[in-house]
Amino acid sequence: MIEINPLVIFFAAIFTNNMILANFLGMCSFIAVSKEIKTAFGLGQAVTFVLTFTSILNYFIYYKILVPFNLEYLRFIVFIISIAAFVQLVEMIIDRYFPALYYALGIFLPLITVNCAVLGVSLFMLIREYSFIQSLAFGIGSGIGWTLAIVAMAGIRQKIKNNKLPNGLEGPGITLIITGIMALAFIGFSGIVKIQ
Amino acid sequence: MEIVLTVGIISGISGILAFLLTIANNTINDYGDVKITINESKEYDARGGSSLLGLLIENEVYIPSACGGKGSCGFCKVKVTEGGGPLLPTETGYVTEEEAKDNIRLSCQVKVKNDIDIEIDEAIFNVKQYEYSVVKNESITPSIKHLILRLPEGKEIDFKAGQYIQLLAPKYKGNREEVYRAYSLASSPNQKNEIELLIGFVPEGICTTYVHYHLDDKDKVTVVGPYGDFYYQDNDREMIMVAIGTGMAPILSILRYMRENRITDRKVTFFFGAKDEEELFFDEEFQELEKELPKFRYIPSISRPKPDAKWNGEVGRVTDTITKYIENGENKEAYLCGSPRMIDSVVDLLKEKGLEEEFILYDKFS
Repeated sequence: MIEINPLVIFFAAIFTNNMILANFLGMCSFIAVSKEIKTAFGLGQAVTFVLTFTSILNYFIYYKILVPFNLEYLRFIVFIISIAAFVQLVEMIIDRYFPALYYALGIFLPLITVNCAVLGVSLFMLIREYSFIQSLAFGIGSGIGWTLAIVAMAGIRQKIKNNKLPNGLEGPGITLIITGIMALAFIGFSGIVKIQ
Repeated sequence: MEIVLTVGIISGISGILAFLLTIANNTINDYGDVKITINESKEYDARGGSSLLGLLIENEVYIPSACGGKGSCGFCKVKVTEGGGPLLPTETGYVTEEEAKDNIRLSCQVKVKNDIDIEIDEAIFNVKQYEYSVVKNESITPSIKHLILRLPEGKEIDFKAGQYIQLLAPKYKGNREEVYRAYSLASSPNQKNEIELLIGFVPEGICTTYVHYHLDDKDKVTVVGPYGDFYYQDNDREMIMVAIGTGMAPILSILRYMRENRITDRKVTFFFGAKDEEELFFDEEFQELEKELPKFRYIPSISRPKPDAKWNGEVGRVTDTITKYIENGENKEAYLCGSPRMIDSVVDLLKEKGLEEEFILYDKFS
């Protein structure tokens, strides 16, 4: 176990080790759903929710069930199952209480199941040997960081929506370029906190 | 031993999650019993959680829908006055801004989660689902089938001359989903036990392929109807009727209705357009109609006569014959049925002749 203040991990997960901008995980929905701030924020919340609870759940499954039985090698399948179950739950909740968001997210809501950021958080917390509190901070921080990145991207894309772009750069093209520039900016934070 | 353990643990974890999800499904996803109120008068009880269209059909209120609730035809519009939730992105392509202000929604996309108030055309209550058996399915031109269907003894359909029904194309080899397609009724409304349809073959058309190649004489055919506001108007204006191809169906229905009800004092001219002689049909019936309705005249025209044909009728498109025979639009009323291109050009022509738009009724193929 490593000695880092959970708060440091929390902020590092948002800024210096941002899931999208430093690790490039969870890119597909980041590119596809970052057209509007409202839907981007909705998806961000859903991802944060899933990230937080799956990191808690997976932490307990791993250390309380898999490790005692020496079954660490089953972690991928178990993590995927718990993530899928959580996404299913989130889908039901959004369908019931936020129908407009449900339709706006469309296929990208169930696709959170295979959002690499989600599995990534669960695996990073094992590789880095985080304690429970550290894992929780890492999960929430990563979720907020992911939301921050997609909302910032949606804001930029809304601003440039009416600008003339070269045809080949419309849509995903310009989004990837902006992502690169944003990543540069976020790497500027890297001196402040470090978790690796 | 290890196998039992791994299998047991994965099953255990999945089992617990499945258990929790089942509980969630029964609480979060349970919308309970809801009430659907139609036109502030009729109330229906339904189980929440499904689409409005589905629940209405369950209650035998047949809202027109061609795509079967996939949100791709835009026919199933209803006015939702209360409890429909926000307009969804899947509807914006079909609901215009003005309709949205008027609370018009696609009923297949509205998920009923609570009590809901809607308004629909009263005529829809007359719409029912029927199971017909095939009496006749024969080719009258190389590409048009004349389909006669009969209801079981004691059952009847009520419709107005000119209205249409929707025919269900079931799944068959090459078609993986059920779809409804609209066809005008060619039979007279007085004939309540049997209906007649004209079905033109459209390459790769789901329903036309079904009727032309897969419909067996022993099969049952599911029909929902009647629908439409294109029907015979009771007044004494002179009637101009225009059709091409299977667009003849509603016109024929109106003419048969007039013959059977002895409406002989209205002047009627029917302009029918075809490509060549092979595409003309029901000639004998029109000759009889001309005898029985003294003021009726049938004017077929052919746009591309074959070089060796002995055709001595009109040559050209329907717009040419209308220009030739109709001088002005005074005290006239027009009934048009056919392709959008034909309808648009005839509407323009009739307006030029001075016929007001409210007296031009049409049924466009879609």
